[in-house]
Amino acid sequence: MSPNDPVPAPPGPKFRPSTGPLLRSELAIMFRRRRTWAMLLALAAIPVLIAIAVKLESKDNHGSGPAFLDRITQNGLFVVLTAMVLCVPVFLPLTVGVAAGDTIAGEANMGTLRYLLAAPAGRFRLLAVKYLGAAAFCAAATAAVVLAGTIVGLILFPVGPVPLLSGTTVNGWEAEGRILMVGAYVVLSLLGFAAIGLFISTLTDMPVGAMAATVVMAIASQVLGALPQLSWLHPWLFTHYWMGFADLLRDPIVWGSFGSNALLQLGYIAVFGALAYGRFATKDVLS
Amino acid sequence: MSIPGPAAPSGPAIETRGLTKTFGAQTAVGNLDLSVPAGSVFGFLGPNGSGKTTTIRMLLGLITASSGEASVLGREMPARLDSVLPRVGTLVEGPAFYPFLSGRANLARLDSADRHASPSTRKSRVQVALERVGLEAAARKKVKAYSLGMKQRLGLANALLQPRELLILDEPTNGLDPQGTREVRSLVQSLAAGGTTIFVSSHLLAEVEQICTHAAIMRNGSLVAQGTLGELRAGGRARATVLTPDAGAALAVLSHLGLVPDTGHPVPGPSGAQHLNAWLPEVAAPEPEEIVAALVSARVRVRGFSVDAESLENRFVELTGSGFNVAQ
Repeated sequence: MSPNDPVPAPPGPKFRPSTGPLLRSELAIMFRRRRTWAMLLALAAIPVLIAIAVKLESKDNHGSGPAFLDRITQNGLFVVLTAMVLCVPVFLPLTVGVAAGDTIAGEANMGTLRYLLAAPAGRFRLLAVKYLGAAAFCAAATAAVVLAGTIVGLILFPVGPVPLLSGTTVNGWEAEGRILMVGAYVVLSLLGFAAIGLFISTLTDMPVGAMAATVVMAIASQVLGALPQLSWLHPWLFTHYWMGFADLLRDPIVWGSFGSNALLQLGYIAVFGALAYGRFATKDVLS
Repeated sequence: MSIPGPAAPSGPAIETRGLTKTFGAQTAVGNLDLSVPAGSVFGFLGPNGSGKTTTIRMLLGLITASSGEASVLGREMPARLDSVLPRVGTLVEGPAFYPFLSGRANLARLDSADRHASPSTRKSRVQVALERVGLEAAARKKVKAYSLGMKQRLGLANALLQPRELLILDEPTNGLDPQGTREVRSLVQSLAAGGTTIFVSSHLLAEVEQICTHAAIMRNGSLVAQGTLGELRAGGRARATVLTPDAGAALAVLSHLGLVPDTGHPVPGPSGAQHLNAWLPEVAAPEPEEIVAALVSARVRVRGFSVDAESLENRFVELTGSGFNVAQ
């Protein structure tokens, strides 16, 4: 190539430019980090701890403790549901807040953001890949609870036909299907929250700050959701339908909260995705 | 790969017109008119804080200029960023990597960010880049175990993942030992011989003097000089040095000839003599032999005499004023 040659170097074999490699690389990095596995293991430990505690102390304590807790001894599949009642308001937002808050701020803090953008990754593409990575973490985090809960439930407790909340009974396979639907519901519930984390992550170069702020949002939203004086606000809070997964355990299934939740989460993704892009597209990358 | 629009002209590799960046009330870069000829090795000199890295960040579209225009490889930046940056290799403000990944995995990661980089040749391109900077032995090690010099080499490897038309290297020898510095120098020279334009920023003049064909000097966010190294040197004045015990008479003669005595720091010489310095006038400067003849005929005992062109280093310090102090 002579210095005056205006033609760029021809690429090697023909291929279509695609975002696939960057997305694969994003997922590979996330699931190669020890931090990710530490969080997933901590989540998986929750149903295990619940199951062991119930097994060791299986006295008659109907009605006390988290929902579904008293049913575990009768059916192991309730381990997952009890764990979800604990994980959805606290432990899942905590871990998803870490993953989503780290997306852009973490790269900025390491200095790799400038090299990704100079590659050039493209700001919109990078943001989209980062969001998909955070969404993948939401799925992995929920899967960790469902998987660990199912396994430990099968090992420690009898499994058989499951009485649903409406009183009818379904067989074990259908019950496991319902549990997978609960998992899908929980993943969906976290997507709007992940978009909030992505936006907060574009505001700072300090990942710890972005993570903390994201987690605080989840807590604040649930506190507001608990104040009856603010009932007009409740349908707009992204945490409003978080505990609505119980509707999937009725017969026939009540899809209302699933649909409202999906719509609400999509709205949050659109609004905070747009805010994140608006901020990131014009951000001066000085890290 | 065909890029729509007119073919890039073979003009300057980098050109800026009135490029300005302000942060609040502070002007980091003011009204910069830079022209980097294609095929040159261009030294971008200036003390720390003089706006070099800010300029580079604007050229790469990492930050938005407050006003002015920039074009890289003949295309407007940052509007044509997507078609320009794949042809530009960069090292910006030091290397930065994922500490928990190996050197090789880091390069693959950054390469995958460019969607025009072929995934099928990625492995071999990463390998070639690692060999080129002498890191193949440490390629499997995690970057958190790398020394600063190794990170710097990995940063250079990242800039070389693809054949580039332009390399923008910000302080490339920072943290390298003398051997590494020499290797970078010869790497730059071999790349330049292959036709790559190289834009290298530095606060070390000696480095620029050894590898560059052109240079620009920054001071407090403004360009104070640019051109070939020859042109920059020619902009400096020559200085006469006289070793004599008759200081008073000698100074009178020198002043009479139009020289400007530099009485700032007289250096005592042997047996009562003194080194006197005087700047030659920029126009109609007397020849050195005329000065000696005039001194001798005034009965000045001349024990030593020389006329030296100003070193580029003096010129640099003179232009940047602050020398190597951090600019405010």
